[in-house]
Amino acid sequence: MNQESIGEKLLATFGEETIEETVLFQDQVSVTVSAEAIVAVCRFLKEDSELAFDFLSFVGGVDRYPATPRFELIYQLYSLKHNHRFRVKARVDESEENPASIDSVVEVWPTANWHERETAEMFGITFNNHPDPRKLLLPEHWTAHPLRKDFPLEGTDEDTPDLPREQG
Amino acid sequence: MGVDRPLTDTVYVTDLERMINWARKSSMWPLGFGLACCALEMIATFVSRYDLSRFGMEVARPSPRQADLMIVAGTASKKMLPAILRIYEQMAEPRWVIAMGACACTGGIYKNYAVIQGIDRHLPVDVYIPGCPPRPESLLEGILQLHAKVMKEPSFRNPRKTRIKAAP
Repeated sequence: MNQESIGEKLLATFGEETIEETVLFQDQVSVTVSAEAIVAVCRFLKEDSELAFDFLSFVGGVDRYPATPRFELIYQLYSLKHNHRFRVKARVDESEENPASIDSVVEVWPTANWHERETAEMFGITFNNHPDPRKLLLPEHWTAHPLRKDFPLEGTDEDTPDLPREQG
Repeated sequence: MGVDRPLTDTVYVTDLERMINWARKSSMWPLGFGLACCALEMIATFVSRYDLSRFGMEVARPSPRQADLMIVAGTASKKMLPAILRIYEQMAEPRWVIAMGACACTGGIYKNYAVIQGIDRHLPVDVYIPGCPPRPESLLEGILQLHAKVMKEPSFRNPRKTRIKAAP
């Protein structure tokens, strides 16, 4: 299937409530879905026999600061069966009382595990129901999220120290 | 005196300190480890074209217990730092450190949260070699500078002690 018909099929299945936005740019369709429905949409994309997106290429994040909603999650999909690709986005916001969070898609594609761990530590987005919510690359003792737009280039000795602080 | 003549050109008289220093600088064994692209220039220095064995240094030791010199060749990331400190602690006294290349000296082009802005923040560096990466001639020059430094050390009267903060 080409990208436009995949987008149309998604819209017909989930409706405008869930499919918030469909953008066609340079022959590529990006579909923005509501964050609550991300697992349902992903499961449909994988299990529908016409779509059969059996391979998750990549999960990444974008910080749109100071826009709201602030964060964007991007899921790049590929179907080994049909040799077609697709891109799904979801937007999440952050506030004082509600840290940014979205449901994990590890139950759909196990390969999302490490991608989500990296996105979580770099942007400070929580992935609900993640089976292994540790940090992936950054040192355990860091509290900063380096890919956020408001993170300074080098960080500070406070939030990205060279070594862990001595105990006691 | 009578005994002088038969021993001409076979016995040399010097002081013990100079003798010790001469022994140390003439067989200074480097630790075989590289962190980034500088390691390739270091390898080039070892092999026959530049031939580090001219200076008694061809024996790169994989074990820090048998090494005298740590050549920090390349970009030291903060995640790598505990390992570098541990290796340095395992080296026997006396031990020397060369910071090879712009990254090891200052952090180089990597002015960001993940890279140590100069290994001299954590290790007592004896010789800094600039360059990105330094050519083998530069490394040889730095090593000869270190040899000259070793020859001037009060190794017997006031042995050097290099203590660092313990690795976590």
